[in-house]
Amino acid sequence: MSRRLATAAGLVALALPLTACVPNDPPAAAAGTGGAAAAAGPLTVSSTADACTLSADTAPSGTLRFSVTNDGTDVTEFYLLAEDGLRIVSEVENIGPGLTRDLVVQAEPGSYWTACKPGMVGDGLRSPFTVTDSGTPVGPTGDTAELLAAAEASYLAYVKDQAGALIAATQAFAGAYASGDDAAARAQYAPARVHWERIEPVAESFGDLDPLLDLREADLEEGAVWSGWHLVEKDLWQPALEANGGVAYVPLTPEQRATAAADLVTYTQRLVDQVNAPGFEVEAFQIGNGAKELLDEVATGKVTGEEEIWSHTDLWDFAANVDGAHVAYEVLAEVVEGEDADLAAQLEERFTELEGLLARHGSYAAGFAGYDTLTPDEVRALAAAVDALSEPLSQLTATVTSA
Amino acid sequence: MGEGRGLSRRALLGWGGGVAAGVAVGAAGGLGLAEVRTPAGPTAGSTTGATTGPGGRTAAGAHAFTGARQAGIVTPAQDRLYLAAFDVTTSDRGALVDLLRTWTVMAARMTQGLPAGPGGPTGGAYDAPPDDTGEAADLPPAGLTVTFGFGRSLFVGRPGPDPAAGVDRFGLAGRLPGGLVELPHFAGDALDPARSDGDLVVQACADDPQVAVHAVRNLARAAFGTATLRWAQLGYGRTSSTSTQQATPRNLFGFKDGTAAVKAEEAEALEQHVWVPASAAAADAPAVDSGWLTGGSYLVARRIRMTIETWDRASLREQEAVVGRTKGAGAPLSGGEEFTEPDFAASGRGGAPLIAADSHVRLAHPSSNGGVRMLRRGYTFTDGNDRLGRLDAGLVFLAFVTDPRTHYVPMQTALASQDALSEYLQHTGSGLFAVPPGVTEVPTGPDGTPVLVADGPFVGEALFR
Repeated sequence: MSRRLATAAGLVALALPLTACVPNDPPAAAAGTGGAAAAAGPLTVSSTADACTLSADTAPSGTLRFSVTNDGTDVTEFYLLAEDGLRIVSEVENIGPGLTRDLVVQAEPGSYWTACKPGMVGDGLRSPFTVTDSGTPVGPTGDTAELLAAAEASYLAYVKDQAGALIAATQAFAGAYASGDDAAARAQYAPARVHWERIEPVAESFGDLDPLLDLREADLEEGAVWSGWHLVEKDLWQPALEANGGVAYVPLTPEQRATAAADLVTYTQRLVDQVNAPGFEVEAFQIGNGAKELLDEVATGKVTGEEEIWSHTDLWDFAANVDGAHVAYEVLAEVVEGEDADLAAQLEERFTELEGLLARHGSYAAGFAGYDTLTPDEVRALAAAVDALSEPLSQLTATVTSA
Repeated sequence: MGEGRGLSRRALLGWGGGVAAGVAVGAAGGLGLAEVRTPAGPTAGSTTGATTGPGGRTAAGAHAFTGARQAGIVTPAQDRLYLAAFDVTTSDRGALVDLLRTWTVMAARMTQGLPAGPGGPTGGAYDAPPDDTGEAADLPPAGLTVTFGFGRSLFVGRPGPDPAAGVDRFGLAGRLPGGLVELPHFAGDALDPARSDGDLVVQACADDPQVAVHAVRNLARAAFGTATLRWAQLGYGRTSSTSTQQATPRNLFGFKDGTAAVKAEEAEALEQHVWVPASAAAADAPAVDSGWLTGGSYLVARRIRMTIETWDRASLREQEAVVGRTKGAGAPLSGGEEFTEPDFAASGRGGAPLIAADSHVRLAHPSSNGGVRMLRRGYTFTDGNDRLGRLDAGLVFLAFVTDPRTHYVPMQTALASQDALSEYLQHTGSGLFAVPPGVTEVPTGPDGTPVLVADGPFVGEALFR
């Protein structure tokens, strides 16, 4: 169970480093039955067409939880605004009629405004809100915004760098394959894909690019056209009859090869263009989600050997996914350390463990062992290390977005 | 062949020579088969419709076996499932008919809380094995229903891998209904042949898993020599409600599932979306005579593994966005309560739809599927763990539909390729079965309980006429 769920369920999160990110929380046990992480208990907000009714207009500083119910008929939003009425301290959006959503925010003593915005138009229904001094300092905030901005810039640079390396490697690979140099293509296949696997969630965010480039045969809909890496993979590591559903594999013709190679380059170039487009940005929550998604990829595809069923180069992808997740974590690490030092320490430790385990099976320089050469015990150990890292890594986004 | 002949010697032996002369073929009403909507617990012996069988058990909490439709479709979904598919091992059409006739009587008995055979667990010959295995002897009927269906391979055999044609073993190719298609490969399918298809299917549902398993166990025993188990799947918790009287249960994702499914009370919707109309047979004619299925239905069965470990790591925001409903109340993200119709046009910040384009509720909703609906009867399963230490758990998706070509294949095609939820799903088993209409009466013996007679009625009889 994720910590977020544990908190919502009102469980006593003794074993989890919950309190570390909320220094001024009352002891965890005190919040154990109320279902509220907030120092002052949850504040309720009722948003209607013409009223924004709060259960209180004041609260002690620290973690505030506004439980916002849309009692109107339009979609609504709720804001906590700074004293100037302009700066948004925090917000919750897209609350459908009848639904309730929580806004959790760390607030320092001072004067604020609350605002409901039924219909999502106008300045909203505003009231003054006061945060009194609870006597305990609110967690490190100050320069968090700057840290997050730096993290976003840094991660964006990484994405662009990997995309650049990917297109270069893809062109070389596609050239070797199209010209019939199978030995060279086989040698370049996994190293080229490393750059793809490191930033795969970004490619997935572009919708159609991921299926065009990385669809496995099993994922193919009946009658659909197959393109991308795994089509070429199968042609380079051609399956025997029994591994191909009892049907003899028909190699691609030179013309089909040329098309497959050209498609690979075309679609990859499209990815490169998109990440280099002027408006392309990566937000902190996307970096956090991306790290988790990369580990999900490992858990569902690589550690099961399903990603590279013909080449068995799954461990290359595995290592690249972990790389990508580690970079995503590292750009956010300073924020995480400030919010939840225990989580940061645990993540460092588990990245180290997993990377150490992977190193036993090879490296980018020396090559990784084929998945088909791993013993069941070795696979199980890798899976356990992936799960051990994935669980705390799933806290990354919430930790960063609550900062 | 000899479907009109007497019972095989083996069938007679298995039933202790129980084909009695002079047995009355009585209306089922003599059995106290009144449908009891609320499944009775062990203390509910005073429920009307109770009857006392040879084993001293009461039929309280029993659902009628007889009827124009088979029970176990619109019957309020019981808590447990045991679903079993069989391969017919004989090519003797008469033996197949004998089995169906035997199964019909056994099911008529067991659903009323009676032992599978007339002797029961202890009442037969001392030197013979009991004709009921006995583990349900002290249990109430627990709402047991047993529903039978026929797979495509019963009609045309199983095609080989290199499209070798299957073999029509029973002279049924001309009776293959148009809807009993070979399902296409949907995106992401990882079907295990050993968990897919089958010539016959038996869906046993009960509020007590021991009662459901007992039913299949005894049917499997009676089938030896004629059919063998191909696969069986236990479902430990219902994830669907088939009646408006039932609350919508949750699946292993923790969400309410099947809110928009057809319910027993919707007579018109049942006709339109669940039962096979006479016009279907007219469409199959003259090439195929499928009138035997009129009034029946199709059962789509899919074993859907959920990658719950990665799901559990998804933020609540993502979980709700993927499903398109709130996790708590099950309300659509466009607002309201569980049964509020989703408003797919509602948009929030930046004009983005409140219910995402790739959300499950949107893609599975009738409005995205030409208005088609299904009667869903799904169950949660957990079959231990895989070699990586992860739960092998998920959903036994069961849907009864009027025609899978219109009521399943298009929707699943869209879901498999577009549904955000499919990232957390893997279909590992699949079966499609034609479910014939019900048996309106069963012969009863001197004690008023169902008994096997030569030429007695059986489920799917019209197929063999």
